[in-house]
Amino acid sequence: MSFDINDLNNLHIDVLREIGNIGAGNAATALAEMLGKKVDMDVPKVRIVEFKDVSDILGGAEMIVVGILLNVYGDIKGNILFILQIDAAHVLVNMLLGKPLECKEDFNEIEISALKEIGNILTGSYISALSGLTGLDIKPSVPNMAVDMAGAIISVPAIEFGKIGDNVLYIETEFKEGSNRVIGDFFLIPDIESYEIMLKALGVLG
Amino acid sequence: MDNIIRVGMADLKSSRHPCVLTTLGLGSCVGIALYDAHSKVVGLAHIMLPSSTQSRNKSNVAKFADTAIEKLVEEMIKLGANKRHLVAKIAGGAQMFAFEDSSEMMRIGTRNVISTKEKLEELKIPIIAEDTGGNYGRTIELYSSDGSLLVRTIGHGVKKI
Repeated sequence: MSFDINDLNNLHIDVLREIGNIGAGNAATALAEMLGKKVDMDVPKVRIVEFKDVSDILGGAEMIVVGILLNVYGDIKGNILFILQIDAAHVLVNMLLGKPLECKEDFNEIEISALKEIGNILTGSYISALSGLTGLDIKPSVPNMAVDMAGAIISVPAIEFGKIGDNVLYIETEFKEGSNRVIGDFFLIPDIESYEIMLKALGVLG
Repeated sequence: MDNIIRVGMADLKSSRHPCVLTTLGLGSCVGIALYDAHSKVVGLAHIMLPSSTQSRNKSNVAKFADTAIEKLVEEMIKLGANKRHLVAKIAGGAQMFAFEDSSEMMRIGTRNVISTKEKLEELKIPIIAEDTGGNYGRTIELYSSDGSLLVRTIGHGVKKI
């Protein structure tokens, strides 16, 4: 294996950022349609983070978040992790299920299914954009969900990187609703070989 | 106020009394707390993977259960701990996501716990308490005053082990 995270140049980073842009743009549109509201997104960040700092990338290792994790397989392998702030997750399911928006009881079975389905739809739109852009065959697994500490959730895909190096490389896009309220974060975390495959498919790696 | 020292993922720290060593949001990772009641030297490791033997890149010894424990014991001895007095408490090793095709990645928590126990046994360090497994994250705090380990969770309570 020749590809190394540390060998990425600015062009590669720009291309990865564009992957995030197109994928998350599609997902943001899907989310906006579901909610009937405008959803904004930030310019995607391509970040390389040391493990010791990974727990804090969501703003605090102990912050409670909803994590929806899917495996991707086909021409590339890796994970897609959709993180929803807990308050935003409540608002989202309440809107979808026609409940009062301020309702914040623990998620019941129906709400969990609804959240997983949201994850499914958003991830599906992200992947289909990614697939269209690269011409690669990419499929998602069924979604799995956990409501827990941000650090514990983000560690799951991070561990995969631990097998080969000391950093995690990911493409993150933050979703915002209206003013500035953060709804969630979308992470594309391909395994290391898949970065190489994606960059080759886009013609920026020899 | 005690000196609070934070341990990140794939990281380890040791210290003399008085201090609190903490690591936040353990998922499948395992937190290994070592304590010498005589010298009150404490050490905490946050490991991600069971064994360095299966990895090509071993530059960070704190990443693996086997090498992290060795390094932690070494550091603690330098600070005045006696290896024969060391006791261990471990926490973490959860399975955060329940994938149906329980791939290798999803069982990593269990394997981290097994490997941690094997290494501690090899070094003859007794495990006097543990809070492992389950499907939830844990934050732990190790107190040098008495070697107690506080385990905090979301929705699964707080306990002192």
